[in-house]
Amino acid sequence: MGGDSDLRILVIDDNRIRASVIEEGLREAGFTNITVLTETRPTVRAIVDADPDVVFIDLENPNRDVLEHMFVVSRAIARPIAMFVDRSDREMIEAAIDAGVSAYIVDGLKKDRVKPILETAISRFNAFARMREELHKTRRALEERKVIDRAKGILMRRRGIAESEAHALLRRTAMNENRRIAEVAQSVVTAEDLLSGGKP
Amino acid sequence: MTASAPTVTIRAGFIPLLDAAILILAKTQGFAEEEGIDLVLVREHSWANIRDRVALGHFDVAHMLAPMPIAASLGLTPLGGAVITPMCMGLGGNAITVSNAVWHGMTLAGADNSGDPMLMATALRQVVEARKAAGLPRLTFAVVHPYSSHNYELRYWLAAVGIDPRHDIALTVVPPPYMSDALAGGHIDGYCVGEPWNSASVVAGVGHIATTTTAIWRSSPEKVLGMRLDWAERNPEAASALLRAMHRASVWADSPKNAEAIVDLLSSTTYLDVAPSTLMAGLTGRIALGAGQPQLVPEFRYFSRRAATFPWISHGLWFFSQMVRWGQAELTPQTLEIARKSVRPDIYRRALGPLGVALPNASAKVEGTLTMETPVATASGRLFLGPDGFFDGRVFDPDLIEDYVASFEIKGPGPLEG
Repeated sequence: MGGDSDLRILVIDDNRIRASVIEEGLREAGFTNITVLTETRPTVRAIVDADPDVVFIDLENPNRDVLEHMFVVSRAIARPIAMFVDRSDREMIEAAIDAGVSAYIVDGLKKDRVKPILETAISRFNAFARMREELHKTRRALEERKVIDRAKGILMRRRGIAESEAHALLRRTAMNENRRIAEVAQSVVTAEDLLSGGKP
Repeated sequence: MTASAPTVTIRAGFIPLLDAAILILAKTQGFAEEEGIDLVLVREHSWANIRDRVALGHFDVAHMLAPMPIAASLGLTPLGGAVITPMCMGLGGNAITVSNAVWHGMTLAGADNSGDPMLMATALRQVVEARKAAGLPRLTFAVVHPYSSHNYELRYWLAAVGIDPRHDIALTVVPPPYMSDALAGGHIDGYCVGEPWNSASVVAGVGHIATTTTAIWRSSPEKVLGMRLDWAERNPEAASALLRAMHRASVWADSPKNAEAIVDLLSSTTYLDVAPSTLMAGLTGRIALGAGQPQLVPEFRYFSRRAATFPWISHGLWFFSQMVRWGQAELTPQTLEIARKSVRPDIYRRALGPLGVALPNASAKVEGTLTMETPVATASGRLFLGPDGFFDGRVFDPDLIEDYVASFEIKGPGPLEG
């Protein structure tokens, strides 16, 4: 069975990459009527044009306060929109907040129609968070590799040893001091910078 | 004080603003640790996030807009859950900024750099009337949240001179760091917000500070510590310990010799990410209202002095009176009781009494009767309260809310907009 393609979904997220990850997920789940807003300043006009049944906004977005105010005071946003379907569905609310997304749902929409959309959005937000974490790790690993290479170079030059020896020396020191190789390498680089009068 | 391993973890949400200072300093200056608290600070991005994460129990306490615990206790929030105010996080710190174009119009109508709220409002009224006569669109003013001191103080200021904030202008919500850009871009014509977001517009040359909210309501409260009621009931010792730590932080923050350290800390990218000089203005009250030299704005901000952290029931009830005035809440014996009980000077007394802190004997006062710094009765020590008058001379008696609300000519919910 395909998604509930009648439902209009609005995704507000100024992180364009995440917004497209969410959109793609919703489309894969069969929801086709999706509007994505990535401007920093959401306007009543844009919301009216999207005429959404469900609105998602990421929790890193300060405009969440703006959005809530619009829902309350705007005549143009024709149908009352509230957060989540009901207060009792605590698990779903928790899952959404943990994933970093908040959902607003038009009044009167049935819970069983909303649930699959929420689940899709939540899982996509979580997937994006994992992606970001992976990227962060990869970046850190790359940076650490650079520092280790520099430290090895310093040791090779200063002590006249081969690269494999320099590496072994770093590893042995790290083990003895119960530190990570990257940390020892950083100390070497810092010491070298200080001693050679280079950048602090 | 002997430092020992923290025995209790308290999770606190905050928005990076100058008025979150005493919560942040309780952590960074070690006051929380001295009280055996592992204070976990979580930076948030919107008041809605703060509200929801307190309701869901992610946070035990949070830096909140003063009306937020009242709104939560009244059941006006999506996820429910009673929240109390056991401590205020300071007095003052807000201002009202207008665009250069509006300011130009106001100066033609007699506005000057005195910051006098009556003179400024009257000048603004002439601008508003002239626009109306010329068939120009209404001016748009922004506040940070519907349940905010800024919203009520701005509306109070406007309505006092006959500018109806429901009809004569448009009101919108803009997050504090975006205010200056929204003003520069012509999306709004003025706003009410805490520092440094007024000075930010002055520094950028896109706005002029018309007046300050401590001139509108002298010694008025700003942010509060919001605490989940169920958490407070289960953790009375931890709650007291946190209040003691924040009290020490407030005294530390009020000491002029620490101003530079506070500015260094809070202007960093971790918190406000603004130029230190911009933040210093709001911290010391030496503020440039427009192009020109900074001037001393009297009584602009207190973290500790003048019982700045005491949670006055009359402060909470004034906000409640304005929620009723503008149709956000109903006035019934029940709602009044809920609003009253959401402010908890008893918890404050229990926490700080043993420290020998001078506490006022009363927990509520008639706001608008003190015209100068006044010594008040305490059980121990000397305590001076600041003047607490409203600029239009009205007096708020927390026992006469119904009469007070009825006395306003301009009141009631606004029509739906746009």
